[in-house]
Amino acid sequence: MKSKTVKGSRAARPGNSVLGKGAATAFLSPSLLFIGVFLLVPAFWTLFLGLTDYKLVGIEALNPSFIGLDNFAKALQDPQFLSSLKLTIVYVLGSAIFGQALLGFILAWVLNELSPRVRSAVELIVIFSWIVPGSVVAFLWFAFYNKEEGTLNAILGVNIDWLLDYPMLSIIIFNIWRGTAFSMLLFSAAIASIPKSHIEVARVAGASKMQQLRNIVLPSARSYILTNLLLITLWTFNDFGPYLLTGGGPGGQTQILPIFIYDSALRYLDFGYGSAIAAIMLLLNLILSLIVLRMSKKGKK
Amino acid sequence: MRLLGKEVFTSDKRRIDERSSVEKISTFVFVLLAVSFFAIPLMWLVLAPFDSDPTFRIKWPNWGLGNFSEMAENPYAYRSLLNSAIFSAGSGLVVILVGAPASYVLSRIKFAGRDAFLYILLLFSSIVTGSAAMVPLFLLSLKLNLIDTYQGVVLVLTGGLIPAAIFILKDFTDSIPKSYEESAQIFGASSFRILKDVVTPIIRPGLAVIFVWSFVQAWGNFLAPFILIRDVNKQPAAVMMYSFYNDGGQAVFRTVAAFSLIYTIPVLAMYFYVNKKYGFRFYGGIKG
Amino acid sequence: MSFVSIEKITKVFPGGVRALDELDLEIQDGEFFALLGPSGCGKTTLLRTLGGLESSTSGKISFEGKDVTFLTPGARNIAMVFQDYALYPHMNVLENISYPLKVRKFSKEEIDKRVKQASEALSIEMLLDRKPGQISGGQQQRVAVARAMACTPSLYLFDEPLSNLDARLRLEARTFLKQLQRELGVTTILVTHDQSEALALADRMAVMDKGRIKQVGSPAEFFHKPANIFVASFIGSTPMNLLDGVVNDGKVVIGSMSFDIPAHAQNTARTGDKVVFGVRPEYVSLTSSPGSGIASGVVKVTENLGTHYLVTADCNGILVRGTAPDGSEPHMGDTVHLKPESVRTLLYNKTSEDLY
Ligand SMILES: Nc1ncnc2c1ncn2[C@@H]1O[C@H](COP(=O)(O)OP(=O)(O)OP(=O)(O)O)[C@@H](O)[C@H]1O
Ligand SMILES: [Mg+2]
Repeated sequence: MKSKTVKGSRAARPGNSVLGKGAATAFLSPSLLFIGVFLLVPAFWTLFLGLTDYKLVGIEALNPSFIGLDNFAKALQDPQFLSSLKLTIVYVLGSAIFGQALLGFILAWVLNELSPRVRSAVELIVIFSWIVPGSVVAFLWFAFYNKEEGTLNAILGVNIDWLLDYPMLSIIIFNIWRGTAFSMLLFSAAIASIPKSHIEVARVAGASKMQQLRNIVLPSARSYILTNLLLITLWTFNDFGPYLLTGGGPGGQTQILPIFIYDSALRYLDFGYGSAIAAIMLLLNLILSLIVLRMSKKGKK
Repeated sequence: MRLLGKEVFTSDKRRIDERSSVEKISTFVFVLLAVSFFAIPLMWLVLAPFDSDPTFRIKWPNWGLGNFSEMAENPYAYRSLLNSAIFSAGSGLVVILVGAPASYVLSRIKFAGRDAFLYILLLFSSIVTGSAAMVPLFLLSLKLNLIDTYQGVVLVLTGGLIPAAIFILKDFTDSIPKSYEESAQIFGASSFRILKDVVTPIIRPGLAVIFVWSFVQAWGNFLAPFILIRDVNKQPAAVMMYSFYNDGGQAVFRTVAAFSLIYTIPVLAMYFYVNKKYGFRFYGGIKG
Repeated sequence: MSFVSIEKITKVFPGGVRALDELDLEIQDGEFFALLGPSGCGKTTLLRTLGGLESSTSGKISFEGKDVTFLTPGARNIAMVFQDYALYPHMNVLENISYPLKVRKFSKEEIDKRVKQASEALSIEMLLDRKPGQISGGQQQRVAVARAMACTPSLYLFDEPLSNLDARLRLEARTFLKQLQRELGVTTILVTHDQSEALALADRMAVMDKGRIKQVGSPAEFFHKPANIFVASFIGSTPMNLLDGVVNDGKVVIGSMSFDIPAHAQNTARTGDKVVFGVRPEYVSLTSSPGSGIASGVVKVTENLGTHYLVTADCNGILVRGTAPDGSEPHMGDTVHLKPESVRTLLYNKTSEDLY
């Protein structure tokens, strides 16, 4: 019995891990398979489809052909795409960067100084708006923005058709409301991770609140801030939520890229062109990520 | 020494007091505005379901539970909730079954560039989303005969959730000392027993959090079923909610009011459960 | 025959850190053996390699003459008590103690019997239905020992088991560990940071540095005859006097002072050898007048050590430490004459750093 064990494990000096190489591979491979099939393959497939004239109906459906960069050239001259790209950038800057991140940071900073009770009550309301399902949120804002019966007009004492007259502003506010919780939570964690003594030293030295923020909190939270900005930018870039509120209208005024892709590919069934747009979006996001990654590496040095 | 300490204290306090009136008022106004901004739109969700005559306006209701009985008569409402439950529980289970073993390996076996790999994977999954990969995900489901199936939606959702799930769960597993497994190794327990008797019970809170997180994500997801499900009998609540108010008009107002609340409650309940039991631990390790 | 025999064990971590460097060590049957050394010297790595948790890069380990180098941890019949105890948080004390027995497929009656024995021996019977989170650190340590004991291993490995306890509890636990080991008679290896712990507990001990053994022996040998300069400066509650000098004509000359060559070096130390002259402050006393073999100087510092004072004097630029009884201690600035007890003096070769 014992000699058998000896023989059995002769192959190698015992390691310190519960799992051998085989088991570790077996544990990893389902995930890798999922990631391959549902992330890598679609990413490359999108790039590939963008180079074809594949459509779901018509002649091209049966026999799609390779048309090189035609779709991309078309996109760069397509006023609808260019406007969609511009709208997306406005949407991202307005709702993610200036909205969620800034509001989230101020909330985290202000709440940090309040009593734990007030703090958790306010946090709870913000988190609520984050976990309520997206289509319910869309309806809540649909109702809130309504011209005749909407509560917003009642509060402000005006008579505006928000979704018709200020569609971009409306979806920006809607997305700030929906997504601020993530930034707030992440920044709270960042602020909590700063040793109390660091701030106290600055206070004893007579630093004002603004100085404390600039000299201690922001530098310590730098990597959190970069990560947060990157993630919410990517998420907002890919956000399909406004579709539920405006469907991209009126007159394409809220047709951000995800909605534009949906309309081209799945409504008008031009897979080739839709994919080319998606590929452009993918590449933009990839470049953005690389830039931020480089920045955060530099910061570490 | 003591005198000095006291002096610092009083001057510090005086300084705080000088600023405090301005600061207190501005803090108060800010918090009040923030709370109103976040709370007011939510009020509709709290009041309208119990209003026998709901409109878009947030108002004090004509109390009654009629909306719920009206909703109960709508066969689509009930079916869609059931479908959502299937999609969400399915996604939660698959995410755990696939992601937990991987995160365990990634936590316990070091290799060069592991953390960078995980971070890049997380970013990658935020780039290649349902929006960007809409066409291939649709075509993939078409080719695999997964259109109008539960499996199709679950697989597509899971594929998007797994990277973040692995990221969070690995972070959780990292916080568990390796000595638990090592002592069991010394006792002569087999790898299987160590995983079953020691590792799984200890990481159970992490698994619960990830299950709930995946469940909530799938429960609210609109795009995947919107693209992949045509059959109205298989549509989840997210899509049904949209159809109700997009196509239904004033006629289904009462159903929409009750439905939005019923559709929201499960995720709120799960959130509170996890928060109470395990403490909210979201993306603890994110900082790049 | 020695019980544990370690031959030329080397462990190089993937990063290139050489934690164990061709280390040799023999441990006798039934011995309480302590491993001591500065932080990062490889104590934990050695213990974990013995347990099979860390794979060695080369070398051989045998238990009772049997090669175990390639055995899995479970096949070595050892028990290990970790610094954090590693009690399973989801099992109560009873389940924790019986888990290893269940793994080893003991019968129900046998498990009950052993759990009862172990918990009585460690007086934790009243804690059996509590979870580890509900008992104190000292109790957790007892449970961890009980769990290790119940499987009647042939070797115990302890990695700083007392370091999480407060000072008082540590003293109690120390006594108790020693008693228990005496009763069970099982070979035990204890890693510790705390030299008083090692001196108090161990039958024999070893001091490590940079992955190598610097000296093996009884606690008394370590105190009285440190084998090299490293051990001499490492062991002892007050640092040993280690004075650079030269051998000249049967004397050790240190600056303007000169001392007799210690007895152990009389036949080996040659004129002209560069040496280090060592003596513990405990064996250096005050005398009334200067002379040969006496260091005279001005008192720089006196430290109260309870029953006596540690006196540091500047003897023409060389600091020498001695002790004076409480009540007759000198004051700062006084001139004193310090006399080492000649049978306690030691001489090290400056180049090889070893004792003559
Ligand atoms: N898993 C590892 N990977 C790389 N290097 C390691 C690893 N574990 C330990 N080391 C290195 O090996 C050397 C010996 O470490 P070890 O933990 O054995 O020291 P130690 O004597 O137990 O120290 P301490 O008294 O602080 O516990 C150290 O330099 C340490 O940094
Ligand atoms: Mg150690």
